[in-house]
Amino acid sequence: MDTIFGVPTQALFGQLLIGLINGSFYALLSLGLAVIFGLLNIINFTHGAQYMMGAFCAWFLLNKLGVGYWWALAIAPVAVGAFGVLIERLMIRHLYQLDHLYGLLLTFGLALIIQGLFRNEFGSAGLPYQVPAELAGGQNLGFMFLPKYRAWVIVASLVVCMATWFVIEKTKLGSYLRAGTENPQLVQAFGVNVPRMITLTYGFGVGLAALAGVMAAPIYQVNPLMGGDLIIVVFAVVVIGGMGSILGAILTGFGLGVIEGLTKVFYPEASNTVIFIVMAIVLMIKPAGLFGTQK
Amino acid sequence: MTDTSQPSADAPARAANLRHQTVAFAALGAFFVAAPLLMYPIFLMKVMCFALFAAAFNLLIGYVGLLSFGHAMFLATGGYLSAHAAKVWGLPPEMAILTGTATAAVLGLAAGLIAIRRQGIYFAMITLALSQMVFFFYLQTPFTHGEDGIQAVPRGMLFGLVDLSNVWAMYFFVFAVTGAGLLLIYRIVHSPFGQVLQAIRENEQRAISLGYRTDRYKLLAFVLSAALAGLAGATKALVFQLASLTDAHWSMSGEVVLMTLLGGLGTVFGPVVGAFVLLGMENYLAQLGSWVTVVQGVIFVICVLTFRRGVIGELGQLIKKPL
Repeated sequence: MDTIFGVPTQALFGQLLIGLINGSFYALLSLGLAVIFGLLNIINFTHGAQYMMGAFCAWFLLNKLGVGYWWALAIAPVAVGAFGVLIERLMIRHLYQLDHLYGLLLTFGLALIIQGLFRNEFGSAGLPYQVPAELAGGQNLGFMFLPKYRAWVIVASLVVCMATWFVIEKTKLGSYLRAGTENPQLVQAFGVNVPRMITLTYGFGVGLAALAGVMAAPIYQVNPLMGGDLIIVVFAVVVIGGMGSILGAILTGFGLGVIEGLTKVFYPEASNTVIFIVMAIVLMIKPAGLFGTQK
Repeated sequence: MTDTSQPSADAPARAANLRHQTVAFAALGAFFVAAPLLMYPIFLMKVMCFALFAAAFNLLIGYVGLLSFGHAMFLATGGYLSAHAAKVWGLPPEMAILTGTATAAVLGLAAGLIAIRRQGIYFAMITLALSQMVFFFYLQTPFTHGEDGIQAVPRGMLFGLVDLSNVWAMYFFVFAVTGAGLLLIYRIVHSPFGQVLQAIRENEQRAISLGYRTDRYKLLAFVLSAALAGLAGATKALVFQLASLTDAHWSMSGEVVLMTLLGGLGTVFGPVVGAFVLLGMENYLAQLGSWVTVVQGVIFVICVLTFRRGVIGELGQLIKKPL
């Protein structure tokens, strides 16, 4: 068998693939966080719980209503996004005048509630979710075996990330959003309904988390705790990338997924902590993050 | 990030502040001396340890305006090191606690150097991430015994004289440690150093322009807070004769935030009240099992939306004096 640096290529590429998969989720989730932070100036601690809700939504649709994966991809983000809109209207809205830290505390409390409720209902064991029939099986690439579903996840998340980047950076709607980030009062004065824009932005960010949750359901099991630890890693990703740029969030997400995958090959003991170590190093060298600007 | 009014700087007002706070301190002490008549001493010791933990956390959020979402790492470090020192190295309790506290302080220095490079929300995320890293370290390193934790930690003979396996000896030892810790925090807050910290909280740019090296002040405050949190963890490990992963988990960091928020951010006595109320509630709700998380979440939401001053903050507002 071929080896690279004393590691079998099979294992190396296998971990690289897992790294890219994890990176897809890091990218999608940190993108949602960055979009929300840009306009609302809060860190959405509920993001992990909303990702979990997306996965559960898909599970419900399949097991209770017989609605398959492809419809779930569309329905879950809308449903969970609508739930996000409700939260923004009822609660987060009241905090805009206060210190941003209160937003973090509120969303942390909401995450505890949501996770607690799901755990009471479903326990801590995971529920299985089948890979959709169209994407079952895989392709032997010669140097490794590539399951179709995993390839799909990487491609789909890249497409979604790029589409989001395009909308925000290149369209009229996106220019409103960016202007709202810079100076909401002025944008309001120009006749844009800023509060509604803020609400919808939150809904969109939450929808991205739910979309990631649906895509994650067949790979990881559907589990009430699936978002709790993940969100902390995503926070580290966000700190490393800096929240200034959309493209930065995407690149950092995929990059760190790959770094984590490689660490699993060469030094497995550190695979849980490598992202946090990278964060510490980046903070020492470039406190604003790789793509960020210090405010 | 507090709504509470600050003590004014002129001397007579400050003397008055100190007087009623002395009364409050005495009342608090009297309460914990008398409370074992009505409540389990183990429960009260737990409350005191967490009161110190929350007060240490409050030193950062309440007086420097830094929200640490990773204080569990210091509690756990204090606990693990003191348990290890007492059990494996056979150190007497005072040395074991000192070991735990000192290690937490060193960790605080390392974490502080990284975390104070960013403010506000980033500070919270960085401390949370660092604490998660420490969690994984304790999960994997052999001396903590993973999921089992360090069990059957001997309480030992304090200064070679007092046998801490006696519940009352232990009770008043914890009482003394917590009391000393709270007084130290009180002293820090009311020292010139504490005044600079509060100036940094109010307006860091202005503090810098006045010539203060705010990073150093923030770092020292962070190390002090970490050491005191470590002290709480070290003492707690001796009380329960156990150091476990629960203390290192991020939910513990969330719990201390909640205690302080509920009691009142930036108040001297809020963390004590918050710890008492929250632990008491958890005791009563124990049979509800995992519903405790939901209840905690609900309290978080209510506090943030309608009750931002907390119990003691509201009380202080009522008597128009900071508590």
